Amino acid sequence: MTTETAVDPGTVRRSANVGPRRRGWIFHACMAPLTLLWVAPMVFVLAVAFRSFDDIAARGLGALPASFSLDGFSTALSEGAIGRALANSAVVTVIGVVATLFLASLAAFALSRHAIPFSRTILLTMLAGNLLPPQILLIPVSSITQSLGIYDSLFALIVVQVGFGLGFYTFVLHGFMRSIPNEVLEAAVVDGAGSARIYARIVLPLCRPALAALAALATTWIFNDLIWALTVLRTETKFPITVALLNLQGGFVSNWNVVASGAVLAAIPTAVVFFAFQKHFVSGLLVGANK
Amino acid sequence: MSSTQVATPETSSHDGRQPVRAGRRWRRVPPLVWVFLLVPLAVELAWVFWPALNSFSLSLTKWNGVGAAEPVGLDNYRRMFDDPIVRTAVTNTVIWIVVFGGLSVLIGLGLAVALNRPRRGVGLYRSAIYLPMVFALAVTGLFWRVLYQPGGTVNSALENIGLDGVARQWLADPDTALYAVLVAAIWRQVGYIMVLYLAGLKGCDPSLEEAAAVDGASAWQRFRYVVFPQLRGVNTVVFAITVIDSLRTFDIVWAMTRGGPYNSSQLLSTYMFEQGFTALNLGYSSALAVVIFVLAIGFIITYLVRATRED
Repeated sequence: MTTETAVDPGTVRRSANVGPRRRGWIFHACMAPLTLLWVAPMVFVLAVAFRSFDDIAARGLGALPASFSLDGFSTALSEGAIGRALANSAVVTVIGVVATLFLASLAAFALSRHAIPFSRTILLTMLAGNLLPPQILLIPVSSITQSLGIYDSLFALIVVQVGFGLGFYTFVLHGFMRSIPNEVLEAAVVDGAGSARIYARIVLPLCRPALAALAALATTWIFNDLIWALTVLRTETKFPITVALLNLQGGFVSNWNVVASGAVLAAIPTAVVFFAFQKHFVSGLLVGANK
Repeated sequence: MSSTQVATPETSSHDGRQPVRAGRRWRRVPPLVWVFLLVPLAVELAWVFWPALNSFSLSLTKWNGVGAAEPVGLDNYRRMFDDPIVRTAVTNTVIWIVVFGGLSVLIGLGLAVALNRPRRGVGLYRSAIYLPMVFALAVTGLFWRVLYQPGGTVNSALENIGLDGVARQWLADPDTALYAVLVAAIWRQVGYIMVLYLAGLKGCDPSLEEAAAVDGASAWQRFRYVVFPQLRGVNTVVFAITVIDSLRTFDIVWAMTRGGPYNSSQLLSTYMFEQGFTALNLGYSSALAVVIFVLAIGFIITYLVRATRED
């Protein structure tokens, strides 16, 4: 952190005394170490991931790295099957996010732009479903998937994710769609456009910012899920990354470079989503909570 | 967020004429729009509300997943009172709500106040503190498992600053396991709480604080008596979210300790899962799930009331 250049020139010019400059210095003196402390766990795990097994065994897990090796990553990907797990997670996440947002946007469109009776009650009931503790659903969901014959399939995981997420996304999109001015839609109605056309050609394109925010959020939620995967999956080849990681940890008990590599591989996709869509991601978090 | 602000003028006109036209417009809802609504609604009813109801009836039975469930009335609930692990799990859940909620709110609010005004470096600091919240709880748990290992970073760091005596097997010691998991969970949660408070602070009226400053109020007084009262809405949301999240907490405990050692870090949610999916006591497990639901419902309603009021 460049503490010396902390205060921007404009501030200094405006007030000739040293007050703001010194306050800026104190600010960075407090924040820089705190931020480093926050980042440190990630840096240490990365360091372990890139060390060789021999280095860790000889010098201890907490020692500064004296080796650089990709063995951890290659073992995690080959023997730990982390690659396959990442692919499973990608399938579930992509289909899950698209399907949830599509269904949620349909429901939100119906509730926000039409005189559906008891629309408020329906909306809040749907949102309430999303707020329920998942624990109350686990056992029945597991037995329902078994009786439908879809237990232990990625399809079951996708369906469960869609069902459980719907309420929240519908609620957020409803708020957004209601803010579209009536005039925009009335013009289309006069032109004789039907509901499907209005939805696809006008409402959905206007909702792009909200959809982007929710997509960034939903991607991390579905990708990061553990409990639903544990509930509906049993076969190792179908596990998403979170479950595969816990297995990896059991299988490579003292190979900390392998475990750390697996954890890093699992963290990369969501970190990429975060850095690529930071603004969308943050507004997605707010859109639900700030209501 | 932006949606609520834009929505206000439109809402009033919409609500204003709805009573008059309701009857006529009801009939005008095209069949296709009903399909738009009913398909998602059916999915949620089938995969959320129907299973939830099932949990209630299952909680009154004894069932191992095979054959028919045997009705036992309220036995599962009575059994909880004699189950020492339930007592530990309830205590731990309360500790979790208080410590996890308290510390993540204190640190998150503090950081939000510190990083509220734009100045050089703020973006970098914010990103660094947000970053952990995008990792899966299971990944966070694994990160910290690596750090907590005997000879790992945490112990080495303690030894380096001369605290050799404090170093221990954090996750294998029943006295520290729960708190070791809590540290990891708070590390991940602070960024989220900070986002919420940053938005709340943005909504505060800066002229009020300036007026107080002119009147000679100290920085602390300005925060306590001018800014903090304006954050009441955010506080309610944060409070409700924290309790709901705490009651759901499962992944990070499962990834780090599985409730052990000797059930010392067991939460209601992990004990419920263990009873249901390891011990196959499906009735008892459902009863535990119902207890979690009952504890959460008040806070869910708080959140919903808040959601409607601003709408």
